[in-house]
Amino acid sequence: MSLRSPLQRARGLGSAKEGVGHWWVQRLTAIALVPLTLWFMFSIVALQPAGYDQVRAWLGQPLASIASIGLVLALFYHAQLGIQVVVEDYVHQRAAEVTLQILTKFFCFFGAVACSLAILRISLGS
Amino acid sequence: MANSTPPASSAASRRPLSPHLQVYKPQLTSMLSIVHRITGVALTVGSIVLIWWLVAAAGSREQFEYVQGLLNHRLGQFLLLGWTFALNYHLLNGIRHLAWDMGWGLDIKRTYQTGWAVIGSSVVLTAVVWAIALKA
Repeated sequence: MSLRSPLQRARGLGSAKEGVGHWWVQRLTAIALVPLTLWFMFSIVALQPAGYDQVRAWLGQPLASIASIGLVLALFYHAQLGIQVVVEDYVHQRAAEVTLQILTKFFCFFGAVACSLAILRISLGS
Repeated sequence: MANSTPPASSAASRRPLSPHLQVYKPQLTSMLSIVHRITGVALTVGSIVLIWWLVAAAGSREQFEYVQGLLNHRLGQFLLLGWTFALNYHLLNGIRHLAWDMGWGLDIKRTYQTGWAVIGSSVVLTAVVWAIALKA
């Protein structure tokens, strides 16, 4: 038997029983995405007209590879957290909701994997 | 997935509900809030193009030029313009949200000021980005 009171157990964890974890990571990825997105957008713009060789030469630079892998990881994590809340709020049919949640997680996970692998292939030159 | 009881059950029990969108007069604050969500969803859909573009760049010259060709088409350019605006809006309004999280700008006056500032600056930032891109 636990000596913790029910209030102590519930405090800070809320009805979802996971506390502020979701909220916090959404903010954390948002903070990371502010400089990373601006950097990516202006780099792409500066590359115009973006040819095959220019894009690969740019993405192949160590710092650009690191930053863009950081970008895609933060981006798909953030997207996944955001879409999760939108689905929770607007899709009230249980089967459709769960299906959409699963598809969102899979899409974001494999999106992050595909983008990271593409950047690695360019930077490691294969 | 915090909601275990669907709202259908509360409607069936005839309990009073808070006013819905049809009842509320559209306000700048609520409109910007829903646009934040809409742009977030649009950007997630748009990330398919980012995946495609990066995977093509890691593939062959032909694959990459095919994707670039589609993006340079009129519809491709239109979508890219829409995504640029969605990105800038979501980014700038996201900074507004982070300021709120730190307790800054939550009063009505500031909320409206920063709301208009977000609209203006996302239009300007989009124009700047496309001006640089098209000049090249």
